[in-house]
Amino acid sequence: MTDNRFTGPILQVEHLKKSFGAHEVLKDISFSVEKGDVVSIIGSSGSGKSTLLRCINFLEQPTDGQIFFQGKNAEHDWPRGQYHANVGMVFQSFNLFNNMTVLQNCTEGQIRVLKRSKKEAEEKALMYLEKVGMTPYIKARPAQLSGGQKQRVAIARALAMDPEVLLFDEPTSALDPEMVGEVLGVMRDLADSGLTMLVVTHEMAFARDVSSRVIFMDAGVITEDAPPAEIFTNPKHPRTREFLSRVLEK
Amino acid sequence: MNLPKTFFGWVGLLIEQYGTMFLRGTGYTLIIALSGTVIGFVIGLLVAILKTIPVVPKDGWLKKIGLKVLNVILNVYVEVFRGTPMIVQSMVIYYGSMSMGIRMPVLFAAILIVSINTGAYMAEIIRGGIISVDKGQKEAATAIGMTHWQSMVRVVLPQAVRNIMPSIGNEFVVNIKDSSVLNVISVNELYFTGKSAAGTYYRYFEAFFIIACIYLVLTFTITRLLRLLEKKMDGSANYTIYGSQSDSKASIKLPREGDVPLD
Ligand SMILES: Nc1ncnc2c1ncn2[C@@H]1O[C@H](COP(=O)(O)OP(=O)(O)OP(=O)(O)O)[C@@H](O)[C@H]1O
Ligand SMILES: [Mg+2]
Repeated sequence: MTDNRFTGPILQVEHLKKSFGAHEVLKDISFSVEKGDVVSIIGSSGSGKSTLLRCINFLEQPTDGQIFFQGKNAEHDWPRGQYHANVGMVFQSFNLFNNMTVLQNCTEGQIRVLKRSKKEAEEKALMYLEKVGMTPYIKARPAQLSGGQKQRVAIARALAMDPEVLLFDEPTSALDPEMVGEVLGVMRDLADSGLTMLVVTHEMAFARDVSSRVIFMDAGVITEDAPPAEIFTNPKHPRTREFLSRVLEK
Repeated sequence: MNLPKTFFGWVGLLIEQYGTMFLRGTGYTLIIALSGTVIGFVIGLLVAILKTIPVVPKDGWLKKIGLKVLNVILNVYVEVFRGTPMIVQSMVIYYGSMSMGIRMPVLFAAILIVSINTGAYMAEIIRGGIISVDKGQKEAATAIGMTHWQSMVRVVLPQAVRNIMPSIGNEFVVNIKDSSVLNVISVNELYFTGKSAAGTYYRYFEAFFIIACIYLVLTFTITRLLRLLEKKMDGSANYTIYGSQSDSKASIKLPREGDVPLD
């Protein structure tokens, strides 16, 4: 299903635009992501970071522009279910299925979308739940877990679909400070294992130390796109400088 | 024949003479209320699902117009049946179909009327239930590739239905009581049997005292049963921590070849 011989950028966003009514939130966004890239997207509140991720996996319908996954048009050449299985998403508010156990949360998509057998799906789920350290809680329901635990389950649920790309929208912003570390730890491991990741984050340490690239967004446009070393030591755009000095002095 | 002189004397006599008829009436009332509630629930579910089908820009015009028209029809249905009394609906449906040459058996007509009426209320109740499930879970289901139908059936509706269980139970209780209006089309439900029994000796107070008691027993019992069902739906408040030291039964067991799958 996924094309292993494909060598171009795994994800390409071209001239993406999104308006809510008269409000243009994304103004002509273009960038591409290579396989194995870990891209952090930073920028001030309201700059359109979430909207960008939501357009990439069509939770919002883009107003204009194209998205290519493995060189094929995501909207027209990929069956929607296939595309979603390949490009997963982790939400700020976890969004676990509250009527299911931890294990069922991680098998549901595999069974319904990838048509895996229950047994196969459970093996896969257990493997990833182990990876995020949640094996002891497979029978628990989301309401019985802490925020950090919920987010680790949500990551396992996304991983169980064997995605090529994982999108994270501020995965640690809804967590108490002492739980941020456990989730960032899991994300670090994923980055090390070579997973392609797009991470909207306010965790500057993560952006600086883990990502291979940092995209800075301001008012619906990408104003800077460079390796972290460059952005953090020598930001070119005045808006980037201003933003970084504001968040780093805290 | 010696006629009784006291209230309870009359009650005794009426029960003795019409007991089996009251029981049959109770049976009819239960059948009408239960089938009406269940069928009404299914109608409400369909209406609510049809009304929440999302339209995306790449859908064809046929689907868009079709959904618009369907929406209008469903809205009219809900408004009409919530906006008129069931006793009037009974007359219109029963005698209306008769004037068109359709002679429905009364029990069938009764269930039909209660179902359609309940469906209109259920549609709104279920829509409220769907809204009560936070949008994020639907989005998460979409984000792992589940279709609208799959995410509704597997994620949203189970939670919606749990949240509205008290209202569904309430509809059932209301139907037990309100099916009494169906006596206008001469269904042998509980109220109708009360009327028949009272008429023989003109003992309305005693007859309807008995009928009132039966209604009360029915609604009281059903309310308790539904509470129990709700408790059961919530499941256990605890869970086993696998690999926990303090619980010897709990151990992490990865499934192996030939194992029965975990639930
Ligand atoms: N569904 C919507 N309808 C209307 N406007 C919206 C909608 N979603 C987002 N917006 C607007 O789009 C702009 C960008 O929002 P977005 O959530 O993408 O920002 P963000 O960069 O993720 O901000 P934050 O860091 O606070 O999460 C905001 O002005 C917001 O009000
Ligand atoms: Mg955001």
